[in-house]
Amino acid sequence: MIQFERFQLDNGLKVIVHKDLSTPMAVMDILYDVGARDEDPAKTGFAHLFEHLMFGGSVNIPDYDEPLQVAGGENNAYTTNDLTNYYCQLPAENLETAFWLESDRMLGLAFSEKSLDVQRKVVSEEFKEHYLNKPYGNAWHIIREMAYTRHPYRWMTIGKELRHIEEAQLKDVKDFFFKHYTPANAIMVVSGNVEMDEVIRLSEKWFGDIESGRPYTRNIVQEPEQKEARRQIVKANVPLDAFYKCWHMAGRMDQRYYTADLITDILGGSTSSRLFQSLVKEKKLFSNIECHHFGSTDTGLLAIEGKLVKGVRPETAEAAVEKVLDDLRNVKVNDKELQKVKNKTESMMAFEDMSLMNRANSLAYYELLGDAAMMNTELERYNSVTTENILSESRRIFDDKNSNTLYYLAQ
Amino acid sequence: MMTNKTASLNRKLAPRIKDAIEFDLRLKPYDKFILDNGIEVYAVHAGPEELMQVEWVFYAGNWYEQHNGIATATNHLIKNGTHQKSAFEISEQIDFYGAYLNRNCYNETANITLHTLTKHLSEVLPIVSEIITDSIYPASELDIYKQNMKQRLEVNLKKCDFVANRLIDEYLFGINHPYGKYSSTKTYDELQREALEDFHRHYYLNGKCVIFVAGVLPKDLQQQLNHHFGSLPLNRSALPETEHPVSSAEEKKYRIINDPNGVQGAVRMARPFINRNHPDFPASQVLNAIFGGFFGSRLMNNIREEKGYTYGIHSYFQNYIHGSSWMISTEAGKDVCEETVKEVYHEMNVLRDVPVPEEELLLVKNYLIGTILGDLDGPFHIIGRWKNIILNGLTEEYFYTSVDTIKRVDAKTLQGLANKYLDPGSFYELVVV
Repeated sequence: MIQFERFQLDNGLKVIVHKDLSTPMAVMDILYDVGARDEDPAKTGFAHLFEHLMFGGSVNIPDYDEPLQVAGGENNAYTTNDLTNYYCQLPAENLETAFWLESDRMLGLAFSEKSLDVQRKVVSEEFKEHYLNKPYGNAWHIIREMAYTRHPYRWMTIGKELRHIEEAQLKDVKDFFFKHYTPANAIMVVSGNVEMDEVIRLSEKWFGDIESGRPYTRNIVQEPEQKEARRQIVKANVPLDAFYKCWHMAGRMDQRYYTADLITDILGGSTSSRLFQSLVKEKKLFSNIECHHFGSTDTGLLAIEGKLVKGVRPETAEAAVEKVLDDLRNVKVNDKELQKVKNKTESMMAFEDMSLMNRANSLAYYELLGDAAMMNTELERYNSVTTENILSESRRIFDDKNSNTLYYLAQ
Repeated sequence: MMTNKTASLNRKLAPRIKDAIEFDLRLKPYDKFILDNGIEVYAVHAGPEELMQVEWVFYAGNWYEQHNGIATATNHLIKNGTHQKSAFEISEQIDFYGAYLNRNCYNETANITLHTLTKHLSEVLPIVSEIITDSIYPASELDIYKQNMKQRLEVNLKKCDFVANRLIDEYLFGINHPYGKYSSTKTYDELQREALEDFHRHYYLNGKCVIFVAGVLPKDLQQQLNHHFGSLPLNRSALPETEHPVSSAEEKKYRIINDPNGVQGAVRMARPFINRNHPDFPASQVLNAIFGGFFGSRLMNNIREEKGYTYGIHSYFQNYIHGSSWMISTEAGKDVCEETVKEVYHEMNVLRDVPVPEEELLLVKNYLIGTILGDLDGPFHIIGRWKNIILNGLTEEYFYTSVDTIKRVDAKTLQGLANKYLDPGSFYELVVV
């Protein structure tokens, strides 16, 4: 059970305080309700590029990192399709330094040409390192474009193409900031060796006078239901044939999300999972195979991907995957197998909650979804999933009309 | 009267801080007990959650193998079948209790690591005991391993960073040295299950083992461990005295083309370095941090934040028990790799020629101490520190000397170290495109 308290400033900033006196450290986590799904299709990759610019100096402080390091702290940030999260950890005695730094960059950025110029290059190198210069690096670009026809999940957080990043202008940066980086659009979690009164005082002091800004109304076109199977074949300079297939699944707030999450654990994620046992160990068709999903807020994707053993035809591999899915569609899993994946989930959540930083991240995330208290009811939601739920959800997800298949073949 | 409590707020002024170097860092002590057969167990009891980690460290790394790949394969397949249970059954039982059973092979040591909810420890310990005593290495499992590892290798060889990591270690230590050798298709083809069984018998079943435990520990931990591991034939015979002469390459500079269409190159620069027990080591950690050891380092500032050549550049020590190296590593745009190499040497020379300014030195000290403070948080981190100390034959003293050195070291000492170790002429350099 994670204990926390919360309050809200007049400008709309939500603050959550999680006290843990067993540590000498404090964590400040600020989550902005903006991700790649909020981008203009002609300017993709922007939420993530912007995350880099948040370290390029703010209106009163030329450098974010240095003063934090002087205070014995460290920090990082990440951007997903749904959100952008900034977090730092430092000795609790120096907590005010985090308030000073974070409030100043919520107040305003330095908007320097030099910083934009350098970060455009840095992000371009990141794009190359992860998506261009690696075998199969562009597979998910292709699949997202196939699976999403309307929804902005069509592109990855790094962006649709390098050009969008290379062409980013300072004006775009400013517009983006004033649109999304407002107190009303943010959630702050302060955790660790901290006292509620002190957090209230410091929040008022440093964040209290920041203009609340114009509220941002999200207006995203939801993906229409997929009516027929989509397929694509790509040939590239890779050593092995690879198989990818994905299906639309329920969004994060739907109870069916929990069922889908457990289905991915039944299928993949461990050497006792069905796909691995059947296709790697028994039939020897794949050299590795995984099943995962993206945890997306809106309707997401559940995916199976693997590399084929040399000489195996992709059609044969696909038929074998479908055979494993047939079992799920036709026969109820037994109680023991369902209990196994529930136990695994319980344990994984407990291990994650060991870290103060993870607890702060999770509180901010659940607050974004609607209520930080959901962090304490997650396990119940998993435990309420029945073998019937698994059966009906498998039928619903693994419907051929709902599928997107990519053969990524060696030239 | 209108009051505006924020009117006087000067946002340009940093709040007062306590310098991290004034913090008193304490490494929580361990409890130690010895099982009936002499296995040393180090335990740290702490943590908010009812969880634990148990690590069995065996002296069963690459250092002890006769043929390349044996130690890794023996370690990897140790949980793939016993006389009683198939690989699937082992995995299923572990998974059922929500536990994680991992294994890793390093240069000197190889381990088995168990993460479990404390309440399930007694259910999963017998499985670990079974794989140590009765792993049978079925031929079918080895065949799948060979095939899949060869396929994985083929994919990895397309990546410039993977290729660069192999080659730089070969230049430093030689292709026949445990730190310098690497696998090929032939390595996998030549693996024999008898050799794996033999290695398992010598280095696991009859090997040398140390156990590290951390988390919220059950009261009867010692009895449980003694029951399952205290009567195994471990720690009876001394480890073989194995010498591996280092044979560094003569040539220092290499340019390799791995993928003519690649858009980035992997840059690696490295030199042989001193071990943890050398008196220069603690202060070198500070020098490394300034050079390329954290996000605010000189390499990161120059090559990422000033020039935008890379997403990231790092320097670090590769520390092994018998040897060590100082490494600089980055992936940079194909057309700026040579410029990157030049800038790395430039930063070395600046550190040799100009004392580190006081302000920068204080920042790095504060940052390092703050990081250690954060890193002492939680039982798994604490046992990790102890493991490092114990396996390297060091004592608690080492921790406190390191902390003290970080707090006290001056610019002159660092400049001396830079002149001693950051000599561009002693570095190997490699660019793989």
